[in-house]
Amino acid sequence: MADRAEFAAQAMEYAPQLYSAALRMTRNRADAEDLVQETYLKGYRSFHTFTEGTNLRAWLFRILTNTYINTYRAKQRRPDESDLDDVEDLYLYKRIDTLAGPAIGRSAEESLMTLLPDTEVKDALESLPDNFRLPVVLADVEGFSYKEIADMLDIPIGTVMSRLHRGRKQMQKALHNYAVERGLGPAAAETEGKATSTTP
Amino acid sequence: MSEQQPDTANATEVADCVETIRELDRFLDGELTVETHASIRHHLDGCMDCLGAFDFHAELRVVVAEKCHNDEMPPDLLARIERCFNTDIDGDGKIG
Repeated sequence: MADRAEFAAQAMEYAPQLYSAALRMTRNRADAEDLVQETYLKGYRSFHTFTEGTNLRAWLFRILTNTYINTYRAKQRRPDESDLDDVEDLYLYKRIDTLAGPAIGRSAEESLMTLLPDTEVKDALESLPDNFRLPVVLADVEGFSYKEIADMLDIPIGTVMSRLHRGRKQMQKALHNYAVERGLGPAAAETEGKATSTTP
Repeated sequence: MSEQQPDTANATEVADCVETIRELDRFLDGELTVETHASIRHHLDGCMDCLGAFDFHAELRVVVAEKCHNDEMPPDLLARIERCFNTDIDGDGKIG
């Protein structure tokens, strides 16, 4: 059995990760802080149920995720937004060359890391509905496996996979839209329906 | 994987482009069986189109992970949490 006194010593190192994930979930600092604090308090109180030698980080993220779903999601009272538009596979990849115009060409060795600003990546992730955002945060930001995510969200692995797939595509579409709004690439490409057309 | 593949002569067959792109997520997520992973890897070795798509998505994963993981934690949050451990925060007569 895990000892409460051990909890602080072992668990506090995960606070920055939990805070980042909480921010992506709640989308605001005050709620994110409360969510992390509540996660630690619950963890502290139920640490006796934690099996030593198993994954403490996953255990904490499970508490975080459940607390978010049970408390904050209800509190935010967002309309039922359980579904997404259908987005084409490889959405951003197929358009990336049109985004990276002559001035900022990826061909000129510009990496995605510099092409996509921090705020736009965060916004694209945070723009996803909960059902899709949580799996993407847990997989792509926190690196949990399908099985771990299925356990945390209490959904089948197949559902984790389909939500990840659709959430990621939707995120790519948002990233593309932000870049176009920023003036990268031909804004008319979408309406012309030839997003990957080459310059004459 | 589908239980019966038509005209599959040998088990180590190289995946085609459609199969490869279909497995992109699971490949990058490290969720494929050893056999399927090897078959996709084999295809990528000989297909620049699919390799380009895989490289792009691998790079995008790194960007998303890094940029969504770098929030600065409020400096007093840790102290606030540790205070909870030593206080009867909810008034139930117990510490914590």
